[in-house]
Parts: sequence; C-alpha cells; structure tokens
Amino acid sequence: MMKFTKSHEWVRPEGGIVTMGITTHAAEALGDVVFVELPDVGKSFDKGAEMAVVESVKAASDVYAPVSGEVVEVNSAIVDAPEQVNEGPEEGAWFVKLKLKDESELESLMDEAAYKAQLSDE
Amino acid sequence: MNDTPQNTLLKTLPLDALHRELGGKMVPFAGYEMPVQYAMGVKGEHLHVREKAGLFDVSHMGQAFLTASDHAEAASAIETLVPGEIAGLSPGRIRYTVLLADDGGVLDDLMITRTEEDGKLFLVVNAATKDADFALIEEKLAGRAKLDVLGRSLLALQGPLAHTVIGALDPMAPEMPFMSMRHTQLEGIPVTLSRCGYTGEDGYEISVANSDAEALARRLLAHEDVAPIGLGARDSLRLEAGLCLYGHDLTEADTPVSAAITFAIGKRRRQEGGFPGAERILRELKEGCEAVRVGLRPLGRAPAREGVEVRSAEGEVIGAVTSGGFGPTFDAPVAMGRVEARFAEPGTVVHLMVRGKPMEAEVVRLPFVPQRYYRGAR
Repeated sequence: MMKFTKSHEWVRPEGGIVTMGITTHAAEALGDVVFVELPDVGKSFDKGAEMAVVESVKAASDVYAPVSGEVVEVNSAIVDAPEQVNEGPEEGAWFVKLKLKDESELESLMDEAAYKAQLSDE
Repeated sequence: MNDTPQNTLLKTLPLDALHRELGGKMVPFAGYEMPVQYAMGVKGEHLHVREKAGLFDVSHMGQAFLTASDHAEAASAIETLVPGEIAGLSPGRIRYTVLLADDGGVLDDLMITRTEEDGKLFLVVNAATKDADFALIEEKLAGRAKLDVLGRSLLALQGPLAHTVIGALDPMAPEMPFMSMRHTQLEGIPVTLSRCGYTGEDGYEISVANSDAEALARRLLAHEDVAPIGLGARDSLRLEAGLCLYGHDLTEADTPVSAAITFAIGKRRRQEGGFPGAERILRELKEGCEAVRVGLRPLGRAPAREGVEVRSAEGEVIGAVTSGGFGPTFDAPVAMGRVEARFAEPGTVVHLMVRGKPMEAEVVRLPFVPQRYYRGAR
C-alpha cells in the first residue's frame, strides 16, 4: 500500500525495500521537470534528509528521504528523460529504492486519505 | 518539496479576474499578485510565444508622460539622467536606455518614446523601481519638465504571428518599424501601440485605459494563435534572448559598461558626456571594468540558478550567476552571470558551483536564441 509524506513524496514498501518518488500533486506544482539528480547507490540517508533534486523550468526543489535507509537502486531513466516525472510520477517515474532501516518509521507516514486531506487544507 | 509562504498586502492588476478565469496561478511579484503560468505551463507557454503569439499582462510596469515646452527641452532635461540619445529621436521612435545614479550606477532600465506631440516623452519603467524612478525624475527635473504617472494597463503581444493578429485589427501595424510607436485604435479601443517587447521576438506593447483592458485582452485571446503567457515564460524567454532583468543581471552596482548594455549609451553622448557618472562610464568604455555580464552555458544538464558561485577552472571565485534556468527553445540550461573581465572571453571554461559541486560551463556570446525583431519588409 502506498504511503505519503507531508513534503509530497510517496513510498511503496515491499519486503524491507521501499520504492519512493514524488506525488502527482508535487509534479503538477513543479511544472515541466527538466532535471533530476539522484543519490549514489550505497549511500544512506536519515528520514527527512535531502536525498535528490528535481528542477523545473521555474525552480529547483529538494526531495527528502521519506524513511531512513540505504539506497539500493536508482531510476536513471528519469535522469535521462526528466519529463517522465510529469508523465507518471506515481507509476513509472520512481526515484529511489531504499533498504528500510527501521520498519516503525512507516507508521508515521500518511495513508492516501490523510494525504488527500492535507492537500485540500493547503 | 516545500511550499512558499504567501505574502500579504499585494496589489491586484486590473485584469486580475481574467487571469484567474484563464487558470492563472497567481504569485507575488514586485508587490503585485501576478500570473506565473496558466494551464499550458511555463515550457508550453514559452514555446508557444516562439512559434505563434502570446499575450502578457505587464500592467505592473510604470508608465508616465514627461512633458516640457518642446522636444529639445524635454530631451535635454531627461538626458541629464540617462545616457541615451533622446534629442535625436524622431517623432514616434523608441529608445532603450538606463536611469543613472550620480556615481553612474544603474537605477533602472527603461524605454523612452518621443511621442508625435511636441515636448512629450512616454516612459515605461520596471515595476519594482517605478516609485523611486518617478520620484527621482520629478525631483531632478522640477521646473523643467512635468511628470504625469499614468494609471493605465500595459499588454504585450509577442511572437512571430503577433503582427498578423494585430494587423487584423490595425492594417498599419505590420508595417510599423521596430522600436516605433503610434496612437491608434484596435476595434474602436484607443491605444498607444509600440513595436517592441522583451522576449527576443517581434511584437507589440499596447498601453490601454484600464476600463478597456479586459475587452482588448479578450479580443486578442479570441484569436486561435494567441495564448495567455505568465511571468515564468516571460523570464525564460528574455533569458534566452540575452536580455537583462533589472535587480538581477543589472543592478545599482553596475554601470551600462559592466552590464554589457553599452548600446544604451548614445554616440553623441559618448563625446559630450553630461549624464550622471559620465566620467566613470566614459573611462570604463575606454579601459573596460573589473567585472562584466556574460552568457554562461552549462555543459551538463543541471540548471544553475541565480546566486550560484562562478569559479575559474583553477578553482578561484570569479563571480556569480545573476539569472539562470532552463531554456525550452535552446533545450538546455542557460544562464547569465557577472565574472571578472579576464574570464569574459567567449569560449572560456568556468565552473558553476551547483549544490557544492563544480559543473563545467562555457562563457558564450548572448543571446542563446537569435533575436527576431522586425527589420523591414518580410
């Protein structure tokens, strides 16, 4: 099941590995993505740390680690073709797979209903 | 991803309701709530202007008439504040120049038009600086010329099809020379029509009464080739065209020489001087200055934004990026910056410190995308 952060990342946990990306809302707010910078495989991040960068014509935004963990795989296809982030932010255009350090951190993330409620409050 | 906080106490444009109706995403800019983009998005809007025609609301900019006994007097008055050739302007012609501080620093860049009416100049200045500009002009020219600040809207129609769109409403418009102005009517609406703009494309700026602005905007938007364009694309268009954004690429710390806009200084003025900071500016024209504005082309894919440090290939700090982003037509990152003069030669490889990492970039001649102003019969 997908979970969400306040800072507009999504995660999909699967057996200790978490796939993450930015939400459709985030991609729409950014506009046309022209550049993505992903971390190196093997690097570890604490929850909330700056992990990747996504830039549109307008501006640059940081992408934060939704949970603590080690990068085990990155989606280099979105580095080569950043427009994929606008085309399928919650499907094909995942950013990073993290080896989850502390499963309990998932509990602090929002489910889809709670994330949608946050969006309607913004 | 973080959201930016909302500012309060913002002024609204006369066309505010129309921008919202068109789906404009409103952001604070120069004290106004302004559309940064519409549904098409910055990239789509940018490309639309380069291919067809885009309508911009630039009513936040300052407009004023400066009136004196005759043209010679109006020109000699304003020439005490700007280095442009104003005395020699023919009626109906526009000049780009700069307003100077006593030390030759640039207070603003502006357009000055000699109207058809003797002794009357039309000024268009930047939004963020308009109050200070007008106060300075009034104070310095008191007793010589009278300044009337206009509460009018300003629309810009820019792009290779702008002349056909305006031409359908005013058959004389397509033949207007670049940098000329006429009083005319567009479907019965009285306007001041200027063939100029700030996108690098052919186009017009239309000064119109606030009460007529919406009808005119709707009439122009009804044309199938015209789309509304926000501030985001306005910025990427002018950056690709190599044009300065005041407060960023051009500041009070610059002279027209360091900002590489020496075309803002008239030929006669270079002989005669007589403008603020003339001694310094004329010396810099001859000897150059320490730092100058240049084009910077990042060689990788990462855009370098304003404030990014510029280093030499050897690692010494030599300047900073003053504007930067992604050029949708250039299809790559584009930037401008201020660098030490000895690194200003096109072809020089420099490093842009993006997020602490050096990214290679090349000093290039501006513009990134050739300007396509109207230069006579097509």
